[in-house]
Amino acid sequence: MSVLLEARHVGKCFGGIQALQDVSLTINVGEIYGLIGPNGAGKTTFFNVLTGLYPKDSGAILLKGSPLPLGSPHLVAEAGIARTFQNIRLFANMTALENVMVGRHARTRASVIGAVLHDRRTRAEESAIEQRAIQLLHYVGIADRANDLARHLPYGDQRRLEIARALATEPALLALDEPAAGMNATETAALRTLIDGIRVDGITVLLIEHDVKLVMGLCDRVAVLDYGEKIAEDIPERVQSNPKVIEAYLGGGIG
Amino acid sequence: MEILLQQIVNGVVLGAVYALVALGYTMVYGILGLINFAHGEVVMVGALTALTAINLLVGSGLPGPVILLIGILAAAPVCLAVGYLMERIAYRPLRNAPRLAPLITAIGVSIILQYLAVLIWGRSYHAYPELLPTAPFDLFGARITPTQILILVLATLTMVGLLLLVHKTRLGRAMRATAENPGIARLMGVDTDRIVSITFMLGSVLGALAGVMVSVNYSIAHYQMGFILGLKAFTAAVLGGIGNLGGAMVGGILLGLIEALGSGYIGDLTGGVFGSNYRDVFAFFVLILVLIFRPSGLLGEKLADRA
Amino acid sequence: MNALLGTSNPRLARGGALLLAVALVLLPLLVGSGFGNAWVRVLDFALLYIMLALGLNIVVGYAGLLDLGYVAFYAVGAYVYAILSSPHLANIPAIAALFPLGLHLPMWLVLPLGAIIAGVFGVLLGAPTLRLRGDYLAIVTLGFGEIIRIFLNNLNRPVNITNGPQGITQIDPIRIGGVSLAKTQDVLGIAVPSLYLYYYLFVILAMLVVFVSMRLENSRIGRAWVAIREDEVAAKACGINTRNIKLLAFAMGATFGGVSGGLFAGFQEFVSPESFQLIDSIMILCMVVLGGMGHIPGVILGALLLTVLPEIFRQGAAPLQVALFGKVVLDPESLRMLMFGVALVAVMLYRPAGLWPSPTRQRELGEMRGNVP
Repeated sequence: MSVLLEARHVGKCFGGIQALQDVSLTINVGEIYGLIGPNGAGKTTFFNVLTGLYPKDSGAILLKGSPLPLGSPHLVAEAGIARTFQNIRLFANMTALENVMVGRHARTRASVIGAVLHDRRTRAEESAIEQRAIQLLHYVGIADRANDLARHLPYGDQRRLEIARALATEPALLALDEPAAGMNATETAALRTLIDGIRVDGITVLLIEHDVKLVMGLCDRVAVLDYGEKIAEDIPERVQSNPKVIEAYLGGGIG
Repeated sequence: MEILLQQIVNGVVLGAVYALVALGYTMVYGILGLINFAHGEVVMVGALTALTAINLLVGSGLPGPVILLIGILAAAPVCLAVGYLMERIAYRPLRNAPRLAPLITAIGVSIILQYLAVLIWGRSYHAYPELLPTAPFDLFGARITPTQILILVLATLTMVGLLLLVHKTRLGRAMRATAENPGIARLMGVDTDRIVSITFMLGSVLGALAGVMVSVNYSIAHYQMGFILGLKAFTAAVLGGIGNLGGAMVGGILLGLIEALGSGYIGDLTGGVFGSNYRDVFAFFVLILVLIFRPSGLLGEKLADRA
Repeated sequence: MNALLGTSNPRLARGGALLLAVALVLLPLLVGSGFGNAWVRVLDFALLYIMLALGLNIVVGYAGLLDLGYVAFYAVGAYVYAILSSPHLANIPAIAALFPLGLHLPMWLVLPLGAIIAGVFGVLLGAPTLRLRGDYLAIVTLGFGEIIRIFLNNLNRPVNITNGPQGITQIDPIRIGGVSLAKTQDVLGIAVPSLYLYYYLFVILAMLVVFVSMRLENSRIGRAWVAIREDEVAAKACGINTRNIKLLAFAMGATFGGVSGGLFAGFQEFVSPESFQLIDSIMILCMVVLGGMGHIPGVILGALLLTVLPEIFRQGAAPLQVALFGKVVLDPESLRMLMFGVALVAVMLYRPAGLWPSPTRQRELGEMRGNVP
């Protein structure tokens, strides 16, 4: 098994609060890796550091052995990490299709001149973007809503659209921030099938989730954060019985 | 040395005027997070209304300071009404609209007020009569006129009064609550619409006062005086930290000093290439630098999300 | 063109395009013979404003960057043309020694040069503002606009570059293949006056600007602009280099402004800082906003309305007052501005998405109304 992502001693401070402390973890190619922890444990902070939204204070993050580019989220996306957001961030006044087409930005090249001249290469690229976007909408199961504005989609479809948009960037690692938040049981089950399928298609998944059942059922390995520190990293069964983890979750209620 | 001191005196007085106008911007911004672009025009309406009253009384034999006071008292209710109407008609219906909409209506209100002023007072520059003694006092070699002293005193009193109002009264508490979180303030029984209305009216009355002070200081009033004044006062508010009353004062004085010293010395510094005709550029440069490097201003809290 | 006409049927679209072309050719003739040549001049200006408004539309409408100093780029384009295509530079001894009559570079060189320089200014002025949004961005751009104007007013010394408040006169008119558009020209045996010649040139260029706008809107770049407008963080996460794409919006918008400015200088044969005031920036912004941000037909409508209506008002208000009251009671110019202010407030209150918004924005508006308690 080869390593896809390696975080080494990552630290992040906000003011006086140590949001992440010495977090190290490795994610292998092809696995679904869960990141759980009580509220405020630093999961989303880790995501934001990972995707370049916040600069990290210390440590290193390597993707396929080379350090992630610093400074800007778009470089991280280009390097191969795509993400969704806890509080869905779609381009509300663009159609579902256009949302996914935007996801192709970093993988396409047309310049202003190309756009204006609309030469053969630009036309080919443009139609490839559209084809791929339609494919992805089919893939997540909302192709029938392609021409609806993102803001008009029902909640569950918005989550799916966000995943399709992230997939459009051709990621090696797909990072999902609480994708099941606010979903009912049926929607969650469908989401589970989708995530499983994404892994089967060769994309590694990093999953932050509150729905512990989903995490335990879906993930190959799970890391637990508490107060910004990693307190466990193991297969779900062993994490569930780890006393530190149980204590972090206030003596049970997990699993 | 005397020249430097004189520039400092002039700068502080100019700054006090900016601070008075800046208070209007800062109060509204503090409560609504909205830049009331039309505030400069309220100041202009105040100056011209007061002038009309003053001109009626100038031959009456009343002492100058009394006439000036009556002028201010005449301008205050007019500006109060303008502030009230402006908020009700142009801003309140748009409180939940995208941010662009209130900006455009504010521009619209500015234009309306400017050209109403043209229709009423015409396009010409109006001279403000001399109402206060003109003989200057000597301040370690620099000259300071009674008008300048009056401006400093009034600005200080206004500032102190406003701070007391905001921090010591029930109304002030309601204002702070509304500024902090209008939704929760409403739940706690604060009539936030009323508070916003009062804030606008209060800001506008201060605008009237500022308008009279500006005109007395420069001895002139004009329908377009509000624009550049408003912009500089806004700069002062941003420099001090918009939404922060003390910040308006600090920002105003600082900007006044920068402008007075800058335009006083730019000729020497650049060997005469740039002269004092670049005076207005200073305010813009300050504004741009502050917004880019410290959008929260000198005394402001973190406003990065709003900037 | 299909998108502009709002049809996807190619035959209908072709017919529509033909109709539009005929209408555009005949328009000045009808206007000129019906209302006099002064109105053809108004049409010429309307076309310049359409180009300007479409340029600003890229910045404000697509990328959502509120620019209140846009007229600065118009000014840059105009002054580049004016300085390089007039006797003005002969006042500088070093240049007079080489070119005693001043530089008189041809239009095909000066217009693109003006566009490029304006574009560079767009990037220079845009770069420091990248972190700002909304009102604050508006004020900083307003400041930049004023700074440029102050410099135009004062750069007549130590070296006389702009000739200060007097402005630059005797600018060369636009010449195409040696034919001056400033004189009545004989075209196929028909005498076409200057105003009409300029009209046809401007129509062609305005259509080109529309075309470029449409191509950009429906491209990878255009989608990136809108994505930034909608959610900058999400746009970054999608791999968009928001800094470059924003600068590109500023540069493109400024380029359009620069071209329009050059045309303006050649058309007027005179430029001065007077023509590039804050109120002009406001006018252009209002064309975009009142017409319908991000929607090309709406922006064109906005530019037309805000050029033609004030003119009607200016010419009609005085006679109307004389007819009603026997004399001019209220200054027509002030009345016109007053109406403009009232219109701004009214449109924002009742149609905040503009008079002709893009269909998607309109839907948003409907929803917004429903949500407001």
